[in-house]
Amino acid sequence: MSGLLELTVAEAAGRIAAGEIAAGEYFDAWRAAAAGDELNAYLWRAEDGVEGTGGPLAGIPVAVKDIFCTEGVPTTAGSRILAGYAPPYTSTAVRRLGEAGARVLGKTNMDEFAMGSSSENSAFGPVLNPWDRGRVPGGSSGGSAAAVGGGLAPCAIGTDTGGSIRQPASLCGIVGLKPTYGAISRYGMIAFASSLDQCGALTRDVTDAALLLAALQGRDPCDSTSVGIEGGVEAPSREDLKGLRFAVPGELARDAIDSGVRAVFEATLETIERLGGAITEAPLPHAEHGISAYYVIAPAEASSNLARYDGVRYGMRAEGAGDLTEMYEKTRAEGFGAEVKRRIMLGTYVLSSGYYDAYYGRAQRVRTKIASDFAAAFAEFDFVVTPTSPSVAFGLGEKTDDPLAMYMSDFFTVPMSLAGLPAISIPAGLAEPDGGGPRLPVGFQIVAPAFAEQRLLEAAFALEREIGFDAKPGEGAGG
Amino acid sequence: MIDREQVLHVARLARLRLDEAEVEKMAGELSGILEHVDRIGELDLDGVEPTSHVVELENVLRPDRPRPSWPRDVVLEPAPDPADGAFRAPSPQADSQ
Repeated sequence: MSGLLELTVAEAAGRIAAGEIAAGEYFDAWRAAAAGDELNAYLWRAEDGVEGTGGPLAGIPVAVKDIFCTEGVPTTAGSRILAGYAPPYTSTAVRRLGEAGARVLGKTNMDEFAMGSSSENSAFGPVLNPWDRGRVPGGSSGGSAAAVGGGLAPCAIGTDTGGSIRQPASLCGIVGLKPTYGAISRYGMIAFASSLDQCGALTRDVTDAALLLAALQGRDPCDSTSVGIEGGVEAPSREDLKGLRFAVPGELARDAIDSGVRAVFEATLETIERLGGAITEAPLPHAEHGISAYYVIAPAEASSNLARYDGVRYGMRAEGAGDLTEMYEKTRAEGFGAEVKRRIMLGTYVLSSGYYDAYYGRAQRVRTKIASDFAAAFAEFDFVVTPTSPSVAFGLGEKTDDPLAMYMSDFFTVPMSLAGLPAISIPAGLAEPDGGGPRLPVGFQIVAPAFAEQRLLEAAFALEREIGFDAKPGEGAGG
Repeated sequence: MIDREQVLHVARLARLRLDEAEVEKMAGELSGILEHVDRIGELDLDGVEPTSHVVELENVLRPDRPRPSWPRDVVLEPAPDPADGAFRAPSPQADSQ
């Protein structure tokens, strides 16, 4: 049975289609694997097997971040305020996977309402990194990343608002793909920051990411901002990078990157050149202001989106309130965790009378500047590349008392979210943490113009092949 | 930069009850974050249009056809206190009860 778990999703789907493996047998093997979760990656696991599915993903188990509504199945977004909530409907992303034949293997743990970079902000306890259980898996899609990296799921979906797919993928040694804003419907995806939130795939390799994206993408009448990817998505096959131009942001603060991560990044640039790609430094002058703009825009949108948790229509309600306002205030005080409260406060402040123009208005203009920087870069180059995260996985509790330090771990992923661009993180090697210790995965981020997912996947596929990353948790100790 | 009074004012706007310790901590943390954010105040942004949506979209329209909505009992099922086919909540005025 263990042989089944070693197959990639593409391989398994091929064997199931050829009748060499029964879909039910494959799904059950993964249910057994998921049952052994010691990472707190899952909040709910499928109790039943599958039968009678067909389609390109027939019988493929998918770990689903607990931010996607699933009819009749608990959906908490990692929050106490939604504990016990079972939605009456299913999100479009999960429905589309189901139509392709895939089934939900489990719902994965996450930072509450996707607010965080370590998955420590879950009301249901932190997720542990499969490579080192004393370290975080990244966040906010940390449960999905740990499940795939830790051999508890063959593939997963998550959401990325400022790096929440790419950063945990990087820290767990797997592939994380954030598509263009609008590529996949957000219907039924619990909203954090609506102008930034995007569903994407966390997988073992680039081909599997393409396979999931092909099923997930598309226009949806239930989300008027969804447009899909014209021409669809196919399995990538490119073997070189000849004629492709890669830009490294000139402002990339190399000294803000851990030395081990920097070494892997520089080595990956050499790999790109070996494959025929050209590396050039190019200006991206406003990207460094991404974190500032993001931590105005995202909390502002969140403070509005989270107004719906008021103890009236769903979720928990605090006991013993005398009047309506007191009930709201007590319910939200008891239901939300510290980071969510912090962001609601920040968002409410920057939108409040007298501060709106100074903060929100300016941040939206910075967003325009960041997007124009990328547009200028893409007039000359095919891709922009950066490390995905400035460090390897950090220790549990290391950044929980310093919100700003936690926010900075999204330094390299936030600008692409603000510009709505597709970006992928692929494992590029292992590096020691700056403080020393066993070697941990390092992700390499490739960014493409809007809706150029196919070209992005082709380049990532060629690079992945040449890098040949095959380390697994437990083997990365490096003596 | 953000004082106690401002924290309490914003908490009221956000319908969040904060305890004493949270108020103190929030004032310090929000000030620290805003100090970082204030760096965008130094940028020259004259004449730059604010981004409200990153992907260019024309108005998205669909035919206006009536569809059945969800049954009332399905929508009320997850509510903490449904009553008489409606969402029940405490009175807005405490002394009216």
